[in-house]
Formats: sequence, C-alpha cells, structure tokens
Amino acid sequence: MTAALAAPSSAVLAFERDFAAHRARARVTFVIVSLALVMATLLTADFSGFFRVTQVTLADGTRAERWVILAGIPKLGDYIAKTIPEIRWSTLVSDLGEWFWRWRIWADLLVETVLIAFMATVMGLAGGFVLSFPAARNLAPARWVLWLSRRYLEIARTVPEIVFALIFVFCFGVGPMAGVLAIAVHTAGSLGKLYSEVNENIDMRPLEGVKAAGGSWFDQIRYGAVPQILPNVISYTLLRFEINVRASSIIGYVGAGGLGQELRTAVALGEHTDLSALFVIIFATVMLIDWGSEKLRHRIIGLGRTL
Amino acid sequence: MEQHILSLSGLGRSFGSTRAVDRVTLDIPPGQFVGVIGRSGAGKSTLLRLINRLIDPTEGQIRFGGADVTALKGRALRNWRRDCAMIFQQFNLVERLDVLTNVLVGRLADHGFASSMLMRFSDAERALAIRALDRLDLAPQAMQRAGTLSGGQQQRVAIARALVQNPRIMLADEPIASLDPGNATRVMEALRTINREDGITVLVNLHTIDTARAYCDRIIAMRAGRVYFDGTARQLTDDVLRDIYGSEGLPAFDPSVTSTAIRPVVTA
Ligand SMILES: Nc1ncnc2c1ncn2[C@@H]1O[C@H](COP(=O)(O)OP(=O)(O)OP(=O)(O)O)[C@@H](O)[C@H]1O
Ligand SMILES: [Mg+2]
Repeated sequence: MTAALAAPSSAVLAFERDFAAHRARARVTFVIVSLALVMATLLTADFSGFFRVTQVTLADGTRAERWVILAGIPKLGDYIAKTIPEIRWSTLVSDLGEWFWRWRIWADLLVETVLIAFMATVMGLAGGFVLSFPAARNLAPARWVLWLSRRYLEIARTVPEIVFALIFVFCFGVGPMAGVLAIAVHTAGSLGKLYSEVNENIDMRPLEGVKAAGGSWFDQIRYGAVPQILPNVISYTLLRFEINVRASSIIGYVGAGGLGQELRTAVALGEHTDLSALFVIIFATVMLIDWGSEKLRHRIIGLGRTL
Repeated sequence: MEQHILSLSGLGRSFGSTRAVDRVTLDIPPGQFVGVIGRSGAGKSTLLRLINRLIDPTEGQIRFGGADVTALKGRALRNWRRDCAMIFQQFNLVERLDVLTNVLVGRLADHGFASSMLMRFSDAERALAIRALDRLDLAPQAMQRAGTLSGGQQQRVAIARALVQNPRIMLADEPIASLDPGNATRVMEALRTINREDGITVLVNLHTIDTARAYCDRIIAMRAGRVYFDGTARQLTDDVLRDIYGSEGLPAFDPSVTSTAIRPVVTA
C-alpha cells in the first residue's frame, strides 16, 4: 500500500496530468456556459418588456413612474376580486345557484368538452401510433419514409390547436366536429413524437429474432416493438387526455364546440362571476380526470400484461 | 423434403475497410453437424448472418440446391429465412410476450398481414408449437412470459421457435455462450437430437473447443474472415488450435480453459 503510494508508475502520473487538464477544461466550459445562459435570460427578459417602466396614479392624485410588474400586480388583484361572487352563509344555496345560474347549459357543454377530448385523443392515438414507427430512426424502412413521417408529425404538433380549430370551423362549420379534428391532429403530432422516441430506445434483439424467422417489417413491429412500448404508449395517452380536456375547454372560443364559447361570451359581456364559475368547473373536471387516469395508469403498468 | 447442399462460393462481406468475411468457399451437405470456431472478430457471426441473409454479402454467392440465395427478395427471402432458422447468443425472444406466442413467431413467414397483426394462429399451429415446446421439456411454461424464464429455458424456447419454422438448416450463433454448463449441455443435446432425428443441418458457432469436438461431425475454423481449417475433430490438433487462436505469446495453450462441459471430455 505505502509502496504503491511512494512510487506511482508513469501511467498513474500520466493519468493525474490528464485528469487535471480535463478538470480545468470542464471548469472553463462551465463558466462560459453559465455566463451565456445569464446573458440570454437578461436579453430575452428585456426584449419581452420585463424592465419597462410605466406611469401610475398615486393615491394623492400625482403621477409617478413605476416598474411595470409592480404597477400591474394590483390590477391583477382587482380583476380576480371582480370575478369572486358574493356568497353569504345565510343565503348559501341561493348564492351558489346564482353563481352557477347557467348550470344546465354548462353541464351539457362540459359533457361535450370531455367527449371532444376523448374522441380527439382516440384519433390522435391512432394517428400517432401508426406514424411513430416510420418516424423512429431505428425502425424506418427507408430514409425518405423517416423524413416524410417526421415532417408530418412536426407540422401537426407545431401548429397550435386553436389555429387548426379556426381552419376546421371554416371548412366544416361551427360545432364540436371542428374541435375534435383540430385537437386530434395536434395530438397525433405530439403523441407520434413521444411514441417514436420510445421506439428509438427499444431493444432491437427481439425484432431481429422475428426477422430471422422470416417475419416481415410489420411482423417485426407487431411482435418485437409493440409489446415493448405498450406501457409507455398507455401512459402517454392518458396524460394527453388530460391535456386535451384543457384544450377542448378553450377551443370553443373560435366556435369549435365545448365550454370555450361560454368563456367568450362571459368575457365579451363582462360577466366576471361567470368566468370564475367556468374556471371552477374546468378545474374540477381536470382534477378528476387527472386522478382517474393516474389510477388507471398504475393499474395497467402494474398488470404487465402481454398484449 | 428434398435435400440440398448449401454451398458458399467466394462469399465476402466488408464493413468499411474490415473484411469481416473474406472469400469463403464451403460446401455443406445436408444433415451435417458443423461447428465454426475462431477467435473473437474472426467473422463467425457475420458468416451465419450472411447465410440467413440478415446482412447482405459484398461479394460471392450462396446457393441452396438450384436456388441463388443471394438474389432472393421479398416473399422468397422471407421463406429462405424460415428455411434456415437462426438461434442467437442473447436468445432474441420477445420478453413481454408469453412463451407460446414466441414460438408461434416461427410461423409468421406463412401468415398474411391480417392474421399476423391480430396474432391469430390456427389450432394446428398451436399444436405444433406445443409439441415443439414439449420436445424441449417446456410445455408447462407455455403461458409464462418469456422474460421470466432462465437463460437456459429461453434458449430452448428459441430452439422451439426455430423448430416450428420446419427449417432445413439451423444456424446457431454462440447458443451456449451465456449459459451455465448444465444448460449448455441441454441446449447442445437438443441441437444434436434435432440434427439426428429430423435430419436438419446444424451450423453452430462455438467458443468452446471441447463442445465442438464432442458434438460436431465437422469443424471449420475461421481466422481474419478466412476459413483456416476445415476437417474433423481428430484433425484439429493443438498446433492448429494455437494457430487459430494466435496464442503464440502465451506459455501453454489449454483448450479446457474454455470448456463448458460438466464431465471431462477426452481431448485429442
Ligand atoms: N455491423 C457491423 N459494422 C461494422 N463492423 C462489423 C459489423 N459486424 C461485424 N463487424 C466487424 O466484422 C468483424 C467480424 O465480426 P463478427 O461479429 O463476425 O466476429 P465473431 O467471430 O462473431 O466474433 P465473436 O466471437 O466476438 O462473436 C469484426 O472485426 C467486427 O468488428
Ligand atoms: Mg459473434
């Protein structure tokens, strides 16, 4: 032990030298990268107007300069205060009734919202699943197939739902169908990308086994790849369903069905308490679905089924 | 079933500047049990993959009977792969599927698109698969997930999969390299039984000289992509072995170091 410490071999010395150099290089890189990140953050903050100064009227009537964030926060409070309904303990039931005065319509629209999200998730799942195999580097049968399916998925997920919704409302008219299609296209794009990344991390040996036994490309996918990715596919799809409920409660804003149309009228007519009522409904629904899908996810993954 | 000679002529495959397999010419008569030995990187796996057409040759030809295997495409190529089943060192099973379905994968070459995608197999095919599993003492595990089996059991599932392909040739790439001696012996015995009872040609890559000597009618040794030795176990002398494994620098080359046999095998 002491002998080894006393006389380090030349290989050990060379290692110590290399290691010190490596450490120094790593430190320089760290400093440079950190500085660059800080600069970029400050620049973008400035560009987005975070450092602006705005005029405010003080309590005594004089005007003064204030940082935009400090000036804006009280207004945010005011707006939220306006949306909070008056609820007294003594008249609780009638107050709640007044707050949710359009509950019949809202209940119908809520069902529509969830159905839009469900339908869109199913369609997006199908589209994304099919495209995720040609869009995976390790599975694509040819270069051009990979390129084409990747570009398609990119376009589908880059364009926001609301834009697709506008287009589809124009094509197919006002109503939930436009909403379903809009969210489905976007979902296919996002899920297809996620699934394809799962595909790129699978073990290729089972696929080779299927191929060596005379299986076609489709056989390799079906028997070699699908069983491996299935738990992830289910998990991502359920997560996406939650996201889609949020999306489908907004797209009504452009006439594509669901609760969004009520949001729009409430904003337009200045019905502030309606906004908070709608927010409560959407929040409760999303929470419920969150909880349900998490239970389901754990069940399915825990089962380890052979599908 | 008609019996054909598998003949390789001038077969070669390069990866960049490495000639993994270099102008190999061989005739393998039907029913032979052939062992391929050689040091790591000698091109043994590449040779088997070329025969199964998992990779394409850069030169030369493979013929089976009258057919030019190297020219096969599409359906015909898939049928060829079915006819020369392949077994891998890492088993290459689908771990999340049950054993029975893994064996039925051996039937896929004869399936259409729809029945394959729906994983729909006929009763006759299932019966075939169960019989194959039973031959390898694995019928009780048929419904178990393949990933839950031991390595030796998984390799026997892979052999069952190969069997239901009704192959004429069985290629095995180091089938026992990751198995303990007991399982290694069972797998080698299974290959021998298949060779003797079904008349299937067996071509097996091995790292253990004892095993090659004990099981193979003919031993082919590769060195740097070429066939360096081709003969019987008796002709494979220690001098030849020393050349193959290039152990000039080592004091004494002892083949039993790489042995997986339980009982001592009489060497040379
Ligand atoms: N896909 C590949 N890409 C690049 N080179 C490869 C590829 N496959 C094999 N090679 C090279 O070809 C040569 C032969 O490899 P091969 O796997 O056939 O050897 P092997 O005899 O099976 O060795 P081992 O006993 O270690 O399995 C090696 O030099 C290897 O690096
Ligand atoms: Mg190998």
